[in-house]
Amino acid sequence: MVAFIRELLRYRTEFRIGLALVAVVLLLSMMASFSPYPPDSVYVVPPDLPPSLTYWFGTTSRGQDVFWQVSFAIRNTLLFGGTVALVSRLVALAVGLVSGYKGGWVDRALMSVNDTFIVIPLLPILVLFYFVMRDRISWLMLALIMACFGWAYDARLIRSVVMSLRQREFTQTSLFSGMTTRQILTEEHLPYVVPILFSTTMNNMVWSIGLEVTLAVLGFTDINTPTIGGMIYWANQHTAMVAGIWWWIAFPTIAVIMAFIGLFLLAVSVNAHIDPRSRLWSTGEAS
Amino acid sequence: MSGYAGYVGRRLAQFLLVVFIGINIAYVVTHASPIDPVEQSISAVTSFGNTAPDAIEQMRKSLRELYGLGGTPVQQYLTFWKRILSADFGPSLSAFPTPVGTLIGRALPWTAGLLTVSTLIAWVLGNLLGGLAGYYRQSRGLKLMGVIAMGLHPIPYYILAMLLLILFGFIWPVLPISGGATMNLPQTLTPEFVFSVLQHAVLPALSLILIGVGSWFLGMRSLVSNVLAEDYVVYAELAGVNSWRILTSYVMRNALVPQVTGLAMSLGGIFNGAVITEKVFGYPGLGSLLVDAVYAGDYGLVLGVTTISILSVSVGVLAIDLLYPLLDPRVKVS
Repeated sequence: MVAFIRELLRYRTEFRIGLALVAVVLLLSMMASFSPYPPDSVYVVPPDLPPSLTYWFGTTSRGQDVFWQVSFAIRNTLLFGGTVALVSRLVALAVGLVSGYKGGWVDRALMSVNDTFIVIPLLPILVLFYFVMRDRISWLMLALIMACFGWAYDARLIRSVVMSLRQREFTQTSLFSGMTTRQILTEEHLPYVVPILFSTTMNNMVWSIGLEVTLAVLGFTDINTPTIGGMIYWANQHTAMVAGIWWWIAFPTIAVIMAFIGLFLLAVSVNAHIDPRSRLWSTGEAS
Repeated sequence: MSGYAGYVGRRLAQFLLVVFIGINIAYVVTHASPIDPVEQSISAVTSFGNTAPDAIEQMRKSLRELYGLGGTPVQQYLTFWKRILSADFGPSLSAFPTPVGTLIGRALPWTAGLLTVSTLIAWVLGNLLGGLAGYYRQSRGLKLMGVIAMGLHPIPYYILAMLLLILFGFIWPVLPISGGATMNLPQTLTPEFVFSVLQHAVLPALSLILIGVGSWFLGMRSLVSNVLAEDYVVYAELAGVNSWRILTSYVMRNALVPQVTGLAMSLGGIFNGAVITEKVFGYPGLGSLLVDAVYAGDYGLVLGVTTISILSVSVGVLAIDLLYPLLDPRVKVS
């Protein structure tokens, strides 16, 4: 694993840039613990000040320091993405491993359901969900709902990896040496699935954070927990763009775009590095 | 069953399954929540002032009927399906007494048009450029395009649409940023109206295309570099087939097959993007209708748009699936 990361660092520019972006965003989110103000109190600083040495990112019309708000927001947003990714990984792994290894009618049945979940347009369903729940919606609830939908595409990827692993000799050897299906899947196949699991985790976070930002901007989430989308929502409510308070929208947008591109580059570079052909190409070119 | 008929049969079955599961999810979401939507609506209405108690009682009764909450759970479930199969979502509350069906019928062509055109442009452009970038790896211009695609692709639709809105609405106002066509034109096929529709569609379509091109570009580039290593390509090169022919009818032709499957699979996601883009640009399609219905508390309309969305995306996927054998004749034999 360490060798794998070292190789990535050495040969993949995308990985280095992605890592740097994610590191900056993580650092920003960790700053939230040192905030002098609680995240939800308003009118703690003079409103509508442009970026200055005292208020690095300026202040909002609600009298909040944009810097600390962005810090809280990006922390909650990353936590949200992480939760969705973690829960949906469990489902994707279970479905992908079983479907790829078992084959036959189990595979066909699971993949029919899987394809259904890939195709269904999620946004209208999430909006319907918000419509029914209204103010009672919490971010954990939203994360769980998204996790219920976010596993399907990755389950398909994992399945295809396991399908090819099943043809390999070591699977037969473990089978004949008396290992159970569960043992073969978790002890023999799982290690091969880990890199692709990592890249799908990053992609899944990009996906769920994007949806959360979208819903929050429309006001369809718990708008009192500061998230990136929530910040943009409040800025729109105060017509920040028209009033010329651009920093209220610009800084959260920049932060979230950095997170997106960073996570995506990590996913892409790991994906490219798993593929031996493309690995040979990039390492050959670099040396 | 074998051959094309069997393939069509399997695709149809999958289509029915998607619709069935989709509608069931909509049912579960609306009926299994711990919160009573009727009481929610009533408290929203009564919070604005005094309402007579018997009026509230009456409202509660008619709302229960509207939400299909009368009777046993089995009856509720059957009522739900009956409404959806007969496409009867009742009158819209926010545009009373226009039926929900009429509102959706008015919005659907806008969304379908925007989505079809922008998806096609993005798909064709992305695959063409991605194919070239995979084949001519050393080209600097195409490499730069790869970097741009990587930067654009992960940005969510909302953020990109907002950036375009700021760019073309405030900084360089050359394009209309809101609406589907100029208001005072009669909605007939006159040149002015068509021009106005096209002009209004530029920005929403552009935001969909910019993100779409990136993902098709990246996918096609890696597919092409895999196909390039295949024996038949090496053989064709050795046999002296000219390189343009190798690229178009050997490499791209084969790399396109998974991209068609990819199009079918990502249709739902593209639809999500269109919903948001419409809202940002005030485009009069399903997306704006859905969001405005939520703000207005119009249950029938929200449910109607959700079901129609599931249905129309599934139809789109089915259409792509049925065209698939044209590109990959192998499915006819297997």
